[in-house]
Amino acid sequence: MSGLAGSRGSGVDLGLRADVKLRRGSLDLDVALDVAPGQVLAVLGPNGAGKTTLIRAIAGLAELDSGSVMVRDEVWEAPRDGVFVPPADRAVGLVYQDYRLFPHLTVLDNVAFGPRARGASRAESRRRAGLMIERLGLSETAARRPGEISGGQAQRVALARALAAEPSVLLLDEPMSALDARTRIEIRSVLREVLAQFRGPTVLVVHDPLEAMILADRILVVENGHAVQSGSPSAVARRPATEYVASLVGLNLYRGTLVDARSHRVDLVGGGSLIAAGRGPTDTGISALGAGSAVLVAVRPASIAVHTHKPEHGSVRNVWAGRVVGLDLLADRVRLDVDGEIDAAVDITAAAMVDLGLTEGASVWLSVKATDVVAYAAP
Amino acid sequence: MRLAVPAAVAVAFLVVPLIGLLVRAPWTRLGELLAETAAVDALRLSLLTATSATVLSLVFGVPLAYVLARSRSVLGRILRALVTLPLVLPPVVGGVALLLAFGRRGVAGQYLDLWFGVSLPFTTMGVVLAETFVAMPFLVVSVEGALRTADHGLAEAAATLGSQPFDTFRRVTLPLILPSIGAGSVLCWARALGEFGATITFAGNRPGVTQTMPLAVYQAFQTSPDAAIALSLVLLLVSITVLALLREWWLRPGGAR
Repeated sequence: MSGLAGSRGSGVDLGLRADVKLRRGSLDLDVALDVAPGQVLAVLGPNGAGKTTLIRAIAGLAELDSGSVMVRDEVWEAPRDGVFVPPADRAVGLVYQDYRLFPHLTVLDNVAFGPRARGASRAESRRRAGLMIERLGLSETAARRPGEISGGQAQRVALARALAAEPSVLLLDEPMSALDARTRIEIRSVLREVLAQFRGPTVLVVHDPLEAMILADRILVVENGHAVQSGSPSAVARRPATEYVASLVGLNLYRGTLVDARSHRVDLVGGGSLIAAGRGPTDTGISALGAGSAVLVAVRPASIAVHTHKPEHGSVRNVWAGRVVGLDLLADRVRLDVDGEIDAAVDITAAAMVDLGLTEGASVWLSVKATDVVAYAAP
Repeated sequence: MRLAVPAAVAVAFLVVPLIGLLVRAPWTRLGELLAETAAVDALRLSLLTATSATVLSLVFGVPLAYVLARSRSVLGRILRALVTLPLVLPPVVGGVALLLAFGRRGVAGQYLDLWFGVSLPFTTMGVVLAETFVAMPFLVVSVEGALRTADHGLAEAAATLGSQPFDTFRRVTLPLILPSIGAGSVLCWARALGEFGATITFAGNRPGVTQTMPLAVYQAFQTSPDAAIALSLVLLLVSITVLALLREWWLRPGGAR
């Protein structure tokens, strides 16, 4: 195989399959992903995890050390075989975080840039750009330059420009991070529509888990250059594999060991133990696991109850003492930070906080029903 | 306010000579003096050679600036030092060097003569070469600076849209650095217009062929100072016009629009 885009295989559209291995400074990226045609994969992760580099690698802007990038039945990159298709010859549509619109061209010419660069005539390029601009509701901005349009419009122009080039793969790098909350909601629905109509595979880097849930079919969580979890949005939300994911989806997460498979008792790594009898609709719970298995335990902050005295004579199985170290007034509730035998974030109503007279430093008792404690095998 | 005094001294130092030129100018005999010094020929030659030198600098200097801006290697750094050497080299030395290279017996000149029958010294083409040698680095340095600070992200965006490197340069990079190319060209042209040392050494002082305005001023000064003043006024006028154009360019909002 030499460096050709057309190393054809079976002719079956396999979507995007990438095995990205590269080092850049302190980043050691090693992530494999597989996105079927029409599917949207959201890549979620903290800053510096390597999400943007992953997208750049697929586009050919960051060269792999090893691994491969394959799209449809074409090999775009395979260092071992000496294959490297330059960025201009990969049919990707990359929407950059900072849009990167050409400041000297009008909106129409920005969108026409891709077709023109790939060999269409000026008239044909403009015709295609015009259609795309209309589709994204940008007709009135067509003659303006990027400096004369709003952030939301610039985002849509960036999207239109990427789509007008008729890419086989769509790559979106935090497409909404530079927008204010209102515009974000508007762009989110535009994006949903565009992604639903796009027939190729899409990789979407996002910071906000909510956006991942709304826009993606699957979520891949990347931390420190490595994939730590992958699955459907609901699976990731219900069973976070790391503290980062748990904090994103707003769950308390504990590591522990299943001590007794019959009573569902889990001893936690940080001390304390919880009885975990909860299970999701499709879960088998931990019944299938043997004693001694490493498990993760997730507890929703709202399912933890707060008491000023030790609750007795109740059915609640999990009770422990703690001290309030932080009070956070959220929009519709109060988030308590409680240190104790088991540290936990607890959500209560503002009324409850006032009734209980909770302040920072207050001693409290926490309780949670065993059925609200979900344990699952640690990945 | 401790800076005000030296600043005032600097202003006086720069402005007083110009005032001197204007005060002592033989205003009444200006036309007559310009006619007898063949000022029109010299001015025409000056404008022609300075413009040719600028065009040569653009054609070869902009690609050179691109290569220099892109290079991160040791070779690139050495190349950059060599290319900018004429900026600090006394022009007379440049003229001697040009003579040794392109003179009739020069390192390259002997073959030009032998193979093509071309001899550059003491010709108008020689003037253009001398001016290009001295002035091109001004253009290269200013364009290279612009290319270095130009947004590489836009070139990447063009690449992911399917644009090949040369097309990206032509359709994205070049339009974005156009203001710097403009400013660099004006600087280059002004430097070429005032070029004296390299020109007189390499091309001589032949009226109508290699005698540009600065050479004409110098020669007139030996015999008729008033004529030299008259010629100087013409050059001053040209310089002021250039400065006005340059300011216009710099003050234009948005640069390359």
